[in-house]
Amino acid sequence: MAEIIAKRRLAPQITLYEISAARIAQNARPGQFVILRLSEQGERIPLTIADFDRERGVITIVVQEVGKTTMELARYEPGDHILDLLGPCGTGIEIKQYGRVACVCGGLGAAPIYPKAKALRAAGNEIITFIGAQTAERFVFSEELAAVSSEMHYATDDGSYGHHGFVTDVLRKYLESGRTVDKAIAVGPVPMMKAVCEITKQFDIPTTVSLNAIMVDGTGMCGGCRVTVVGEIKFSCIDGPSFDGHQVDFDELTMRQRFYRQQEQESMQRHVCRLGGIE
Amino acid sequence: MKTRVEASKQAPHIRVKNFEEVNRGLTLEQAVLEAERCLQCKKPLCMDGCPVEVPIKEFIAALKEGQIDKSLAIIREKNSLPAICGRVCPQENQCEGLCVLGRRGQPIAIGLLERFVADHADKSRLPRPEVEPTGFKVAVIGSGPAGLSAAADLALMGHDVTVFECLHEAGGVLRYGIPEFRLPTSVVDEELEYVKSLGVKFEMNVAVGQTITVEQLWDEGYQAIFAGTGAGLPYFLGIPGENSAGVYSANEFLTRVNLMKAYLFPEYDTPIKIGRRVCVIGGGNVAMDAARTAVRLGAEKVTIVYRRSPKELPARAEEVENALEEGVIFECLASPVRILASDEGAVTGLVCQRMTLGDPDSSGRRSPIPIPDSEFTISTDTVVVAVGQGPNQVLLRNLQGVELTPRGYIAADGETGATNVPGFYAGGDIVTGAATVIAAMGAGKRAARAIDAYLREDKLQGTVTFPSQKLTQK
Repeated sequence: MAEIIAKRRLAPQITLYEISAARIAQNARPGQFVILRLSEQGERIPLTIADFDRERGVITIVVQEVGKTTMELARYEPGDHILDLLGPCGTGIEIKQYGRVACVCGGLGAAPIYPKAKALRAAGNEIITFIGAQTAERFVFSEELAAVSSEMHYATDDGSYGHHGFVTDVLRKYLESGRTVDKAIAVGPVPMMKAVCEITKQFDIPTTVSLNAIMVDGTGMCGGCRVTVVGEIKFSCIDGPSFDGHQVDFDELTMRQRFYRQQEQESMQRHVCRLGGIE
Repeated sequence: MKTRVEASKQAPHIRVKNFEEVNRGLTLEQAVLEAERCLQCKKPLCMDGCPVEVPIKEFIAALKEGQIDKSLAIIREKNSLPAICGRVCPQENQCEGLCVLGRRGQPIAIGLLERFVADHADKSRLPRPEVEPTGFKVAVIGSGPAGLSAAADLALMGHDVTVFECLHEAGGVLRYGIPEFRLPTSVVDEELEYVKSLGVKFEMNVAVGQTITVEQLWDEGYQAIFAGTGAGLPYFLGIPGENSAGVYSANEFLTRVNLMKAYLFPEYDTPIKIGRRVCVIGGGNVAMDAARTAVRLGAEKVTIVYRRSPKELPARAEEVENALEEGVIFECLASPVRILASDEGAVTGLVCQRMTLGDPDSSGRRSPIPIPDSEFTISTDTVVVAVGQGPNQVLLRNLQGVELTPRGYIAADGETGATNVPGFYAGGDIVTGAATVIAAMGAGKRAARAIDAYLREDKLQGTVTFPSQKLTQK
């Protein structure tokens, strides 16, 4: 059991939770994730650690309500307990001095990219952040990222803030203008990460992406999260979730992610109906 | 000579529609009759076949007198998980395989008797063993058969034992792997309760190596560690199409159903999708479990694809028979070549080639040889890959100083479980590779004995050497 100690709504349907989890905080590294389960009937879902504080023994997760469990979690308040919380899972990203690092994130991806940006900055890198969202009010973690970045580039789908269009357009323009970066990291929806990699490949920039494959146990035992990287099977949970983006088969990942869509919808609908019944 | 008892089983046409236990066990009358068949040999051979040294002769003698509680107390002196062992041990290769009655007739049904005693004894009436605490702290990594056996025995020796489990429920493969219809969750729960009653503490959701490192365990004051993390890393075939949607490792397939209860979706959140037709690749017990699970999930056609002949099937004969009774089709001497998928990536078929048998290989089994131009396709919606597992990675990847074997398992003494790091022991599948529940329990038992000797010897010398120092020296 892990206690939620703080909760803050960052944007519509996007919520930040601080959770008391001393052991996880103690050993967490940027890029790692937790597996959470809310009830005896609950599913296990992976969520990236958005921040951690070893002193306070607290980890932060940022969750968008996209399915049954995330919607259920949204009803949790400080003082409530999460039934099962496993972590830190995965390997985390390599933190070293690259020089100038482009952090490219879309939507909710801004939260998980933050600890990486922070650690890379602390390791002496210059951080250039490219952040995209559907609309201005849906930016998350942009202030935190701004605090560790020397430049911020914004994009919104509706043009309500920054560039009107994809964040990848901004990245492309930046690179085409002759400015260089030594390393890119990208976190966001699969199509976005794929687009980032197509661009950075042209400019020969090593790029690390963070994959959100479907997984059950998160400890290397089910293989449900397998992805093809350089033609080899890798498990996102123990080999990743960070991989060389230029080597990942994104189309396969997208296909595998869709496998349970119908069941996920069913589960969520059922949940919504039941909530309707209570209230 | 009287014939051996038969346990009643759920009829195939009924059991394919439920997840309840197939084997219903013995009645008291049957159990006593069977116990009476036991010759009570002066030098019982059966016990040589038991990795956890169950006093078989004695527990059967008590049962014969109708003293079921006493019988369980006798078993528990050596085995804390008899209801589990009675169900999943391959007794035909162990105790029953050595029973002298088997030479001319049928051996005593030792497994069924053990199960009967464990199921029917009045556990609330059995006094707890009295143990004098030693004050030594031992950490056990993994709550599967090896870890539970080690933990229970260490607790009985008076040590302060904490078991760390990375999943949300204890039991390891007993929980996520073996299906409800072979080993009900309630049986696992009950035996776990017994282990807890011995004073063993359990911490769930702790992946040693990630949540807490081995170094941190030493720092927290643990004076010995036993790693029983198992062989849970699923192997794949490496054939084209294997990452299509609808291709599962047996581990994923069984974990979804057993641990996460996907067969109760949407009551339970975790889904499983199988379509109408399922192919299971492999011929071991795990393959049988997966195939029989698929039948119960409602698959219309379930096919086991195995590259050798039926004679070489590594699964227990009983499980093969159960699968056949439940309508599972065996496509033997067939080896998968590639998996076909639709444009959306959904599985549509499994292409195999015919095999023939050549000379025996290193395992002693005749090796399969492909027959040229013999490809054929089995139409299927789901493929379950059950071709074996490797060592669980989470601990190993974060373990410094402990030697591994060339195959990537922990290098540990087969008798004591000792590794190159003093105080750090290992046993079960993480040492041997995937084997049986009972082999892992035997390793846990022997390691417990070695750990006890290690701790007490240190105590006699008046100093406890904390292995953390030795670890860093390495």
